[in-house]
Amino acid sequence: MTVPNGTADPTTLTLTFVAEFDAAPEAVWQVWEDPRKLERWWGPPTYPATFTRHEFVAGGESRYHMTGPDGDQPSGWWRIEAIDRPRSLEFSDGFAGSDGEPLPGDEPVTMRVTFEPTDRGTRMTTVTHFVSTEQMEKMIKMGMQEGMGLAMGQIDAVLASAG
Amino acid sequence: MVVDEFADGELDRVFRALADPTRRDILARTLRSGESVSSLAGHYRMSFAAVQKHVAALERAGLVRKRRHGREQIVHGSPETLHRAATLLAQYERLWSDRATRIAGVLANEEGSTT
Repeated sequence: MTVPNGTADPTTLTLTFVAEFDAAPEAVWQVWEDPRKLERWWGPPTYPATFTRHEFVAGGESRYHMTGPDGDQPSGWWRIEAIDRPRSLEFSDGFAGSDGEPLPGDEPVTMRVTFEPTDRGTRMTTVTHFVSTEQMEKMIKMGMQEGMGLAMGQIDAVLASAG
Repeated sequence: MVVDEFADGELDRVFRALADPTRRDILARTLRSGESVSSLAGHYRMSFAAVQKHVAALERAGLVRKRRHGREQIVHGSPETLHRAATLLAQYERLWSDRATRIAGVLANEEGSTT
């Protein structure tokens, strides 16, 4: 994998993220299409994701939850807005309530993902558009428990070795 | 000035990212002092409506606020939001770079299992 990089535009609350993989577009597409593969990278390591529904077609919906070390389960949903296998994908990603269904009135993040063949494999570009900084904060909190989880883990290790 | 609130690299990064020159200029002007939309429109070779649209885009993003002053709406830049947004976007970028690392892992694993 080539070192990925992002371009942020705070005025429009948009982040463009580019990563290159040593695998064909079809293989990279599979990590999104196959829910078992998707689960291996969508949620942070300490908050693995489970997709209970994954309809990878235009208008299709997904339901997922992530399970934290303390058993907490933040949930989310996707709606596929446009899909062109294996070239591009556009979807909405929002928060779900404890019943796993979309929270009423919650405005989702929109994401566009493109897969382009390169000499070495695939260039994957994700463009995320947020509606507000509050929404960004929520999304990042949901996606980044990892950082906190890892820090906690390290503290545990330090305490264990000290004891 | 707002510059003091940023580390050097961070500021560079934010302003490099501000792709639209007009919006960047509006933001810079309104961070210095409040300005009405009509006064802002005087600075650019574009219609009042076009400037208004740029202001609306900045307002939606929380980068400027409008305050009524008599009959006019005065636009004020929000340095806190700019800073907060830049910090958050940097965190979100980290989230994606972690994901990309794991995707590479999934792909490598797969290759390994077929050979």
